[in-house]
Amino acid sequence: MKYVNAAQVQKKLNTRLSINKLAKSLFLISILFSLVVLVILFYRVISQSLGWIDLQFITSKLSTVAENAGIMGAILGTLWLMVVVAPITLILGVGTAIYLEEYAKKGRLQRFIQTNISNLAGVPSIVFGILGLTVFVRGFELGNIVLAGGLTMSLLVLPIVVVASQEAIRAVPGYLREASYGMGATKWQTIKNVVLPASLPGILTGAILALSRAIGETAPLVVLGIPALLIPLPDSIFDKFTVLPMQIYYWTLDSALVAEYANLAAATIVVLLLILFLMNSIAIIIRNKFQRRF
Amino acid sequence: MSLQIIQDNIDIEPTNQKIVYDTKDLNLWYGEEQALKNINFPIYENEVTAIIGPSGCGKSTYIKTLNRMVELVPIVRISGEILYRGKNIFDKAYKEEELRTKVGMVFQKPNPFPKSIYDNIAYGPRIHGIRNKKILDEIVEKSLRGAAIWDEVKDRLHENAYGLSGGQQQRICIARCLAIEPDVILMDEPTSALDPISTLKIEELVQELKQNFSIIIVTHNMQQAARISDRTAFFLSGEIIEYAKTDKMFSNPSDKRTEDYITGRFG
Repeated sequence: MKYVNAAQVQKKLNTRLSINKLAKSLFLISILFSLVVLVILFYRVISQSLGWIDLQFITSKLSTVAENAGIMGAILGTLWLMVVVAPITLILGVGTAIYLEEYAKKGRLQRFIQTNISNLAGVPSIVFGILGLTVFVRGFELGNIVLAGGLTMSLLVLPIVVVASQEAIRAVPGYLREASYGMGATKWQTIKNVVLPASLPGILTGAILALSRAIGETAPLVVLGIPALLIPLPDSIFDKFTVLPMQIYYWTLDSALVAEYANLAAATIVVLLLILFLMNSIAIIIRNKFQRRF
Repeated sequence: MSLQIIQDNIDIEPTNQKIVYDTKDLNLWYGEEQALKNINFPIYENEVTAIIGPSGCGKSTYIKTLNRMVELVPIVRISGEILYRGKNIFDKAYKEEELRTKVGMVFQKPNPFPKSIYDNIAYGPRIHGIRNKKILDEIVEKSLRGAAIWDEVKDRLHENAYGLSGGQQQRICIARCLAIEPDVILMDEPTSALDPISTLKIEELVQELKQNFSIIIVTHNMQQAARISDRTAFFLSGEIIEYAKTDKMFSNPSDKRTEDYITGRFG
């Protein structure tokens, strides 16, 4: 006797098709929800910042008079922060990834290290602030200079670079390594000449994403004691500094006292968003351009 | 299967030819599973030696043992000796990197680096410290000519190797191998991923190359073995069943299993 006959199929067909359509609608609703929230956010921020973003705003120093205030200090501080974070995360992050993927013997120790690195990515950012305060600001007696902030943020975003680099290195096909070993190359020669060039796009993408995270984080810098005051523009990594997120934070806090500060905060948010958007676009372009290599 | 019977099927007639590889009592395990059992036979200089057998018989494993590439797999265990021109390749003192400059390998799937054609061929010499551009230019041309592909690529040496067809890529891989001026060339099913015309070109190339190199070729294609090799080894389930001059192996095999495989009764 045939069980999956025409009658059986008919019996269930309409219900199954309806549930299919329902599933699609549910997923559509969830993405619409996210989009609506995003649109409201953009609308609020952009409308509050209208008229406040101009060349004078970007190039001026801070001032208690809202019309004259500018974010040059914060922009320079953010750039100096990147100058510290970029090399540290690249060198330490890629080095760790190479060790884990190419040299570490797969076993309990390697899995232990791997788990710890992945867990680091989930540690609340404020904990890194406390770490940075204890070790860099007070322990090394650096004070709240760019170097201390940079070191702290590097630790925060290091797992991003490690994981992205590991995946990029793992994605290099085994047959390319075989071709290199087959000609008598040593392990390091194979890594340097075949693996690293091939995994570079993935590593760069990870580095850019890590940098974007680093310049957007506020909590650790609050703990480190980074101000948003009238201080000289930073000239080196040993100077005191402020960054865009801190500026937003303090202007928002003080907007109860001076209403215009809310507009300044909104304008800074727009500038920060534009910078982040630009960086992420570059990361996507790099990834796409080198996608079809193999 | 007694050792005596195996010995009878290993055809070693007195010959003046030098032995390039002498395998003695080679056993290999992947973890608990034994992949090669008591392999004993010599491979001669300036010949094309074909290794044939059904899937899983150990022929790829064997050829990768000859240049110690099989040891990249962590669970591999080996016992026995393989003498390359008299020196045991498993000696602690004999570095793999050194062995692999004398024994080159061409793989089943063409695997050029995602670099220019020039950089692909120059890879080997550069690894071993040759930096002089003039010398590298010379080596690149000589190798590409040796692989019968110079005319096709001489005007686009700095283009990416991935722009070439499968057959051309495989000849680039052969040229890359020639660039380190090896003594022996191992080929692991080099034409199984290629079309018939490219296959023919590479078979012709192999015939030319044997004048200056010793070639060991694993092939799934019996007719190919019959066409191009001087001696053939038949592997089955990790053992070497028969080893003889190709003409004899294909016209008058000694072992019934060889005959069954060659006539297509299994495989």
